[in-house]
Amino acid sequence: MAVTCRAEGRRLYAAIEGEVDHHRAREILAELDRQLQLVMPTQVTLDLKGVTFMDSSGIAVLLRVYRQTLAWDGALRVVGVPEQADKVLRAAGLERLINIE
Amino acid sequence: MKAINEAVVTFLSRSANEGFARTTAACFAAQLDPTLEEINDIKTAVSEGVTNCIVHAYPDRLGLVTMRLRLFGDNTLEIQIKDKGVGIPDVEQARRPMYTTGGEERSGMGFTIMESFMDLVKVRSTPGKGTAVTLRRKISRRVGGA
Repeated sequence: MAVTCRAEGRRLYAAIEGEVDHHRAREILAELDRQLQLVMPTQVTLDLKGVTFMDSSGIAVLLRVYRQTLAWDGALRVVGVPEQADKVLRAAGLERLINIE
Repeated sequence: MKAINEAVVTFLSRSANEGFARTTAACFAAQLDPTLEEINDIKTAVSEGVTNCIVHAYPDRLGLVTMRLRLFGDNTLEIQIKDKGVGIPDVEQARRPMYTTGGEERSGMGFTIMESFMDLVKVRSTPGKGTAVTLRRKISRRVGGA
């Protein structure tokens, strides 16, 4: 499973695992979308520590979750970012928009 | 400049081949004894280049993507990713950050990532004929290395 989710009230924790490229992004987005609609979270924690590779497809995934969360006045935290993924997110300037820890 | 080593692979524009292409490029680059960061940069740039072919060059059919890997005596790795797809009408616009025709699933950051991870990104495209993206990256020689 690419995404593992846990919800407590309107808090959503989602961990993404494996490679996040165009090939797998659709499946990851579909699962995250489903969870977001279900939980309507005010606080989302996205855990990337299990991500073994990420390209710009991951930026689209993060932006989608960010916009969705913002629509409910929620907050997004991205944690456990591996070095390779971190470099990609920063090259896109995502740390100016999203709380990346 | 003459290449001292060269490898060419051709594959179908199936998204499953994104992983194949970046792993192949990383294996070829391994002979330069790159750092893990250099390997990751190469994999990331190749992933962007190949994804462009899959998403944009062949929007509604499968086509062939050719990746040519070349190595030069000054420790430069050159990767050319070529397709015979629809081509890019305006390359300058396509290279602009956040520009995409790929919808919500794409971020429009592919070229930006390639540019920030490689020393050189060259794009040649003819509408209706195809696109060739050339990436170059000089791999540092490690102190005490052979």
